[in-house]
Amino acid sequence: MSRIAQRFAQLTQAKRKALIPYITAGDPDLQTTEALLHALVESGCDILEIGVPFSDPMADGPAIQRAGERALKQHIGLVDILSMVQRFRLRDTATPIVLMGYANPIEAMGQKNFVLAAQTAGVDGVLVVDYPPEECEEFTALCRAHAVDPIFLLAPTSTDARIAAVAKQGSGYLYYVSLKGVTGVKAVDASEVALHLPKLRAASPLPIAVGFGIRDAASARAIAQVADAVVIGSRIITEIEQSPKGEEVARVKAFVRPIREALDQ
Amino acid sequence: MQIYDLPDARGHFGPYGGAFVSETLTQALEQLRAAYARYREDPAFIAEFKNELKHYVGRPSPVYHAKRWSELLGGAQIYLKREDLNHTGAHKINNTIGQALLARRMGKPRVIAETGAGQHGVATATVAARFGMQCVVYMGAEDVKRQAQNVYRMKLLGATVVPVESGSKTLKDALNEAMRDWVSNVDDTFYIIGTVAGPHPYPMMVRDFNSVVGEECKWQMPEMVGRQPDQVIACVGGGSNAMGIFYPYIPVEGVRLIGVEAAGEGMHSGKHAASLSAGKPGVLHGNRTYLLQDANGQIIETHSISAGLDYPGVGPEHAWLKDSGRAEYVGITDSEALKAFHDCCHYEGIIPALESAHALAYAAKISPTLPKDQVLLVNLSGRGDKDMHTVSEKSGIAF
Repeated sequence: MSRIAQRFAQLTQAKRKALIPYITAGDPDLQTTEALLHALVESGCDILEIGVPFSDPMADGPAIQRAGERALKQHIGLVDILSMVQRFRLRDTATPIVLMGYANPIEAMGQKNFVLAAQTAGVDGVLVVDYPPEECEEFTALCRAHAVDPIFLLAPTSTDARIAAVAKQGSGYLYYVSLKGVTGVKAVDASEVALHLPKLRAASPLPIAVGFGIRDAASARAIAQVADAVVIGSRIITEIEQSPKGEEVARVKAFVRPIREALDQ
Repeated sequence: MQIYDLPDARGHFGPYGGAFVSETLTQALEQLRAAYARYREDPAFIAEFKNELKHYVGRPSPVYHAKRWSELLGGAQIYLKREDLNHTGAHKINNTIGQALLARRMGKPRVIAETGAGQHGVATATVAARFGMQCVVYMGAEDVKRQAQNVYRMKLLGATVVPVESGSKTLKDALNEAMRDWVSNVDDTFYIIGTVAGPHPYPMMVRDFNSVVGEECKWQMPEMVGRQPDQVIACVGGGSNAMGIFYPYIPVEGVRLIGVEAAGEGMHSGKHAASLSAGKPGVLHGNRTYLLQDANGQIIETHSISAGLDYPGVGPEHAWLKDSGRAEYVGITDSEALKAFHDCCHYEGIIPALESAHALAYAAKISPTLPKDQVLLVNLSGRGDKDMHTVSEKSGIAF
């Protein structure tokens, strides 16, 4: 069983919902990112999404765009990020790690080289925003062959046929984009999400994570009523951005704890 | 020659093209593909498009023999396809009219566009005014500063111009921001992409709307010189004017197709925008194509004296035409383009766009090496009024 499947099995047994934070690798620097990942686990996060910075992040709002720009100023690339994941794994062999980003850094490294390196480093899942399943069949097969879960997005605009097709290709979990828009700009509408999720449930036995527009304990709790996992990205990145240098870990811990508590209530 | 029928049903030109977009846009692209597939065959749609091209744009644009310049060069004869004489001053309007007509039929009251130098932005604002649509144009903050006149022109036409502050603040970032707008307003908004890039069906659709340029040449050249040209030469940034004139010539044997990229300060300087000559295949802006990128797959900043060629990617069909050998791609530097700009002004009384001056420069470069009966057809894709500022600055003249 993959680490992601194992984690969801444990959570189901404990009747808990997964909290999935997203942070950009290298924001403000890779060392802090590594410290933040451990801190997020200590604060009750279940799966970690690590953003791979890209020069042209078409699906991201201003907060994640700026995080990527900060990381790219230091020329952080996939190789650096995979080494960091490898270091993280020395201390934590249980928490699933998902890399999230755009196709071109992977294409530049070569799909096969990337998947092999990701597996070696201890990456459990990969979500490539601009790889819809029909454009990355070989990549998906490579991921499956090397025990890396290919995770795909579904959106409010996805048709039933599309949901069925995408659900078949994905593993690990399905990531439902809660709204029509980019990351971190609009606020999520939990009742809208609740209307769409039954279609996903009918199409797939995979756990469903919901992201985009979840920014506090209340919205996280509302989403957790209907989803298996809640993803929070831009708001955590804003905490990092606004934090005095060296206090990022404390700030992020303080932000995440009440959200964990709200999910467990 | 084999029948050329690319792209395939999913928008692939060999390994290039496709639709690499996030899930939210998949459905919108599906609707667009269906609408375009229907209307491209619809006689009423085609008739309306042709009518607009004739009466609003002023088509057909003439082909002109640059006789004095050709004689001075002493070799092959240079003919100019005068897209600079179109309404709004470039080939861009052919495509914006086509897409605006499609947007109307799809019931989308709001159009958005990205623009670099501002030509596509002006062409989009123009058709939005013509058809009474709301129009928002995204433009890199750097370009907004460099192209103040075109910004004002768009505002006069009723468009909202949004300066984009992210990334390198140029055309590629404007495209990113337009995509973000589209994702956020997908129900009522039509995204009018200005070049033969982006996700399927854009590269095909923009090519089709611009192919009127080559179609006209195919009957104009026999009328003028009794045959088709030996070479068709066009500048390539994203590649829309080049695809427009190349496409009808792809099956015509004996006609060489030459795309001219911006070599900026020279290919070895690293300061250029020659994606096909110096790039590597990758994925950007919804399609797989040649990209200027670093070892980590990050898109790098480009340079060209002409803002319209200053783009790190290129349309996927050009990538395919390059690999297949059907078209050849060469580079022309800033200074070579500037010289051709001035020569065209002096010898022919035509002020070309700096983009088009790259194609002219290549023609002027090879003409003396060829016999006098050879015919070079150059797409003079736009006029140079917008470049007065850039050119005068290079000459040390301030207004």
